[in-house]
Amino acid sequence: MEYIVIIISAIFVNNVILAQFLGICPFLGVSSKVSTAAGMSGAVLFVMTLATIVTYLIQNYLLNPYGLEFLQTISFILVIAALVQMVEIILKKTVPSLYQALGIFLPLITTNCAVLGVAILTIQKDYNLIEGVVFTIATALGFALAMILFAGIREHLELMQVPKGMRGVPVALVTAGILALAFMGFANLV
Amino acid sequence: MNQFRNFTKGLAIENPVFALLLGLCPTLGVTTSAINGLGMGLATTFVLICSNVFISLLKNMIPNKVRIPAFIVVIASFVTIVDLVMAGFVPALHEQLGLFIPLIVVNCIVLGRAEAFASKNSVFSSLIDGVGMGFGFAIALTILGGVRELLGSKAFFGMKLAEGDGMLVFVLAPGAFICLGYLIALSNRILKKS
Repeated sequence: MEYIVIIISAIFVNNVILAQFLGICPFLGVSSKVSTAAGMSGAVLFVMTLATIVTYLIQNYLLNPYGLEFLQTISFILVIAALVQMVEIILKKTVPSLYQALGIFLPLITTNCAVLGVAILTIQKDYNLIEGVVFTIATALGFALAMILFAGIREHLELMQVPKGMRGVPVALVTAGILALAFMGFANLV
Repeated sequence: MNQFRNFTKGLAIENPVFALLLGLCPTLGVTTSAINGLGMGLATTFVLICSNVFISLLKNMIPNKVRIPAFIVVIASFVTIVDLVMAGFVPALHEQLGLFIPLIVVNCIVLGRAEAFASKNSVFSSLIDGVGMGFGFAIALTILGGVRELLGSKAFFGMKLAEGDGMLVFVLAPGAFICLGYLIALSNRILKKS
């Protein structure tokens, strides 16, 4: 039951992009096609889950016991950057097909604030490891949902007559605003 | 003259938010009021200036292959300093900005300026560039925060301007996207004209 609440709240109520504003760069940057949006979401799901597990272990077995909490930001970002590099190398050697699908998105993920954000949120919310992983996967699914919905809308937007001044980013942002408005309907769900 | 250009480009033509579209996560996330926007902008400005100066100083000592991780460590150190200083001296603002303070580390503007400017230019130019870019970011956040506060709660910098509630949607998440969309359209129009 607890897990269901975590999942629903992370996907719909506190959607990572539309309610918490994490990961806006890929949301605007790689959302012009549904296929690239899906690829990016897959890469985020993969890296985010690994990053949460590793940062959780670092926080609880390295930083907390030795009173080094102030090193949280530095250690987390370094771990995530190293992790992304490692995942890239391992995937290239072992699962080339997956690397082909996710490859170009992996380097972009280091600066995706959703990954660091979720790692820090998991610590702040005092989740245990399993709750943290569930929360992370649900957040990544929420990211995927928003990305794919938005990419679908943008593909249609290409064909529309948009006023000249609003073309490109401005109309995309207003569209995202309306999408966020729709997601506010979930506000009192949990 | 050249230094003057380094300073002013961040304010208008290369404004990080309105022209380059960098660092949009904190831009949208914290600008529920003008004061929050200004606070976030100044925190980022501090990190940007310090990291620009230090990276420019260290640019000959950092091997080219590991420059990105090295830059990130420098930036993360200053972010930690800002985080602790704000928690100590302005706890209310620190509470409001919350998660977005540690996330200055992954703000594309800071790393972007380190990579594109500070690692190639002199210390003084990098300092000026950091000040200009930082102020450009702070001004953009303050404008967005001001507009949202004005429409959403009929107030400006916490001062109530009219009775009653505003349009609440502008303080909530959708308002951030919609306001920023229209502000970018407006700034495109002004900048292209001049």
